[in-house]
Order: sequence, then structure tokens, then C-alpha cells
Amino acid sequence: MSRRDTTPDAHLFPTRPYDLVREFVIALAIVAALTIVLAAVFSSPDRKAITFSQWANAAPNDVVATATAELAGTSTSASYGPPYNHAAEGQKLGPVPLQKWAGVRIPVNSANDFVINPLRSVTNDGRLSLALRRWQAATPAQQTAWATAYGDALTAAPNGDAAKVKPGVYGPVPVLAGRLLTLARSGSLQGLIQGGAFYPTDQTKPLLFLSDGAYLEAQARADHLGGDQWGMMNETGNFPGQPWMWLYTFWYQIKPFSTSGNADALVWGVMAVLTLGLILLPFIPGLRSLPRYLGVHRLIWRDIPRATR
Amino acid sequence: MNAIPTAEGAPSRSWTVRLRRRIQRTVPEGQWLPDRQPTYVRSWIYVFGVATLAALVCVLASGIILTIKGSAWWHVSSVGHFVNSLHLWSVELFFAFMVIHLWGKFFMAAWRGRRALTWITGAVAFVGSIGTAFTGYLTQSNFDSQWISTQAKDGLNSVGIGAFFNVLNPAQMLLWHIVLLPLIVGFLVVAHLILVRRHGVVPPIDALPPEAEAEPVADEAALRQPHEMLPHKMPQPQEIEKPGAVR
Amino acid sequence: MWPSVLFAASPLSGRSHYLHWGVIQISLTNFVIIVAMVVIFVLALVVPFPHGRSQDDERDSDR
Repeated sequence: MSRRDTTPDAHLFPTRPYDLVREFVIALAIVAALTIVLAAVFSSPDRKAITFSQWANAAPNDVVATATAELAGTSTSASYGPPYNHAAEGQKLGPVPLQKWAGVRIPVNSANDFVINPLRSVTNDGRLSLALRRWQAATPAQQTAWATAYGDALTAAPNGDAAKVKPGVYGPVPVLAGRLLTLARSGSLQGLIQGGAFYPTDQTKPLLFLSDGAYLEAQARADHLGGDQWGMMNETGNFPGQPWMWLYTFWYQIKPFSTSGNADALVWGVMAVLTLGLILLPFIPGLRSLPRYLGVHRLIWRDIPRATR
Repeated sequence: MNAIPTAEGAPSRSWTVRLRRRIQRTVPEGQWLPDRQPTYVRSWIYVFGVATLAALVCVLASGIILTIKGSAWWHVSSVGHFVNSLHLWSVELFFAFMVIHLWGKFFMAAWRGRRALTWITGAVAFVGSIGTAFTGYLTQSNFDSQWISTQAKDGLNSVGIGAFFNVLNPAQMLLWHIVLLPLIVGFLVVAHLILVRRHGVVPPIDALPPEAEAEPVADEAALRQPHEMLPHKMPQPQEIEKPGAVR
Repeated sequence: MWPSVLFAASPLSGRSHYLHWGVIQISLTNFVIIVAMVVIFVLALVVPFPHGRSQDDERDSDR
């Protein structure tokens, strides 16, 4: 196998009758029956999506902290880089900045898209209008200073409770964040973040805002769905997950990937190489000879008459 | 007007004739759906290819029912939920059988005898299936979709793919899941099956057909085999028109 | 957190069970699936395949 492939033509070997169509129909009947039984006995998971009002009611402090982080430019989405913004360079695969090369093709301005613009739609709230005007009139440096200070104060407050924040120079940020919580509780925030289209199909902005908070991840981690919990393989409850993802998620569990800022790009690179290796196995010397040496084929073909062996 | 087609073998500049001949040559005559197979095909490991195909049919059938009623149906209907369960479990069976089939084909070194493309189409179909399942998870419109999309985006963004393939856009993901990826995987599966028919089931490692024993061979190992009477009828010249069934 | 009664009937909903070995964490369900696949693979290799009737006597009527 390693030098010249001398495998003879399959059509030269003795044959026996075999009903392929019957085999397929039997296989189909068995697999269909198995599917029906499994579905009837085990069903499938359907954990409802988290709405913003659920988030706001279950974890109001998290909503306020997230809104503040958006204004400060410190949230995950605000500091992400491509494809959403230029706030960072993004990850590299070795020396190659693939994330940067792709460019900003899904532009998102976290502070405006998630906080300021939705709040602008609120009417009859004099205090909010004043806060918005104050925010717009300030310089970017001033905005960042207010929001960063308020964010730090929230972290220091017991339970991150906005009501227990120490006095400080936070500008209009407490009002803006507090009103955003009210908007979230009312159920109207998602539509406002989405941009008000009649047929909203792109959930990029609502999902980015949701994942900027800690609540979504906390819910996921409680179900072993976190990246460092082999989460890619798992499903909610005891439902079967994706066992075939074992190798992809494995790398995230070990160094150097588990401690690298480029983990995603590195893991992608490793899996791309391994996948190519799988696909091109017939051409890889050594690997393609492995079956001969492992000998499992002797078990498969042990019943074959000696003359054909 | 004369409707007799161009005689086979006669040179032709017709693209139709040339395509027809190309198609006919793809698989040896009588091998598109043969009723015989080599006697060395004798192990339960051989059923996992057809089991995978059967599971794929179940995946498509349950998926088509979900398509008829729309992607939100299963949240509000117990029948819909059951069909969703059929879809989930047929996918689990599909992957289980496909991986067992892959294990078997690896240990048989089934790429031998010019079957590299059979292996390649199978492996790419495997990878494509993973992608199809992934977009399926994104299409659930529930908590799973929220989590999986926001996590997966980081991997895809890190290598620049996320800028073009936006997992946070359910409308895009739904169409990839029900149109684009099934077409690609479907094409690969069909190509894979045609290639199996074309080359036949790979003979065992180091196996030689009975005729080879009458001819001088350079392979020393073959020379050492005892010359036994064959328990099976050897293909006779008149059987050339109906060659052995292979899978 | 688990509002729908539809799948509450499934034996797989409810508190999840995970196995831990060092850095490895795997759900019980996934573990069972993987073990079952290996067992089925081994069985497929060792369980004899029926030889059926005499091979060269059986010919389809259209041959």
C-alpha cells in the first residue's frame, strides 16, 4: 500500500446474489422504527428563548451593568473589533490577522444601538430627555469617564445594586442605565434595538446585547454549556448533544488554548489541519498504511475463502 | 425524419452524445443497481453505509414536514414537537451510523484501488453534515439558538468567516440549513454512492481474484498462497455482459 | 426556567448528570451514546454474518 497500489479490480472476484433494494427497504424500516421509538420515549428539548423582559426581571442589576458597559465602551461587543467595529484588531492565526482582514461588515455601535437610540424613542420623560441631551453634548472622553466610573461603582456596590451605589461623578449615566432597565422590563427594548423593521429577520443586535450581559452565560453554564465545560458537545438537561464535536471542544480545555487570547483562531487552525488530514488520508504516507498494521481488517474478512485472500 | 440515435462508438461532435456516453461510462454496465455482490462482502460492518443512508432519508422526511408548517410550529404544537423529536433522533442515528461506517472503512483502508475520491466525498459529506446540523441548532428559535449562536460567532469571527456567514441572523441560517447545505451534502452523497457503484466494494487487503493465480505475479506474498479449488463459480466469458454485482 | 409541559414528560429533561475525569467532563447521555457506538462497532466485527443459501445456486429469474 505504501509503494504501488496493486489492489485488484473488484469485478474480478466471485460473486453471489444480493438484493440491494430489499436491503435498503429493510434498513429504512428499522431506522424509521428506531427513530419513532426514540422520539416517542425521549422527545426533544425546547428551552424557551430568554426575552429582555425576563432578563430584566430576573437580573435587573445585570441589565443596568450591561447598559453602563455599553456606554463605557467596555462591553464585549463594544470592544470586539471586526466584523462589528474597529475597537480591537481581533484574533490572529499565528501572524495572520484573518479577523481584521475580513473587515467591519456588520457595523454595530454598542452605545448608540443598544442604549441611546432606544431611549430616544421614549416620550413624556423630561428627566430622560435632559440626560440624553447632556450625554450628546459631552465629549467622548467625558462620556467614557462618567460611564467607567459608574461601572466601577456598580461593581463595588453590594450585589451590584444601583440603589446602593456610592455617590460620585457619573453624569447622566445612572438615569440612562436605569431607564433602559425600565424599557427592558416593558418588553419593548428588543424591537427598539432591532431597529423597528416590520419583518425583523436579523437578530444580530439583540443577541449581541444579550450576550454582553452575564445572565445568558450564567444560565448556560448552569447547564454545562460553557466553552470550558466541553459545552459544545452538550445539550440542556440530559438530552443527547453533539458527541461528534468532542475533538473541536477538547482543545479549549487544555493549554495553550485555554489561556490564549487567540484561542478561537488557534483551535480553528488546528481543526482545519486535522480535517484536511482526514479528507486527504489516502494520500498521506504512514497514516494510509495504518489499517494494514492495525489488523482489524483480519477480523472483518476472516470468513473469506482462502483462495481469495 | 430518422430518430435512430448515433451508433455507440461512432465518433461524434454532439455534446449530447458525448455527455450520454460520459454518463454511461461512469459506472460499468449493469452496475448501477446490480443484483450480485462479491463474496468477500460478508460482515455486519457493511450495513452501516445503508443504515446511514436510511437515517438520512428519515432526517429529510422529518425536515420536510417541519418545513411544511414552518420553523416555529414545533413550539406551539405537540404534533410539531413530536416531528421535531423525530428530526433530532434521526440526526443522532445518522451521525452514529456514519461514524461507525467511517471507522469500518478506515480499518479496511477502503480508499485502495483508485477509491480515494470515494473516501474524500464521504469525509467532506461528514464535515458538511456537521455544518448542516450546526445551522439546524441555530434554527431552533429557543435558548439553545441564543447560546450556540453567540458562542459560535467568536470562532467564526476569529478567522474572518463571521463577517460573511452571520450566525446571529436566523433568516440566513434557516435558508442555509434547509436549502444550501442540504443541496451540497446531497450532491456529495450522490457522488459518493455513484463512486461506490463505479469501483465496486473494495477487496480485502492483499486479496487476489481467482484468475490471478493462473498468471505469473510479481507479488511474492501471492505466490505463497496455496492453490485451492474455488468453492465459488468463477466468472465465465459469457458473464462479462452481466458482471458480478458489487456495491 | 422549564415552562413547557410538552417535554416535561421526557425522562431526559430535568437535572443533568455529568461524569468527570480530570479535564474530561461528559454528560451521561453522550457517554452512553459513545459507549454504545463502540460496542455496536465491535459487535459488527465479531458477530458472524449469515452465509445464506449456496451462493452460486441462487440466480434471479431474469438472468
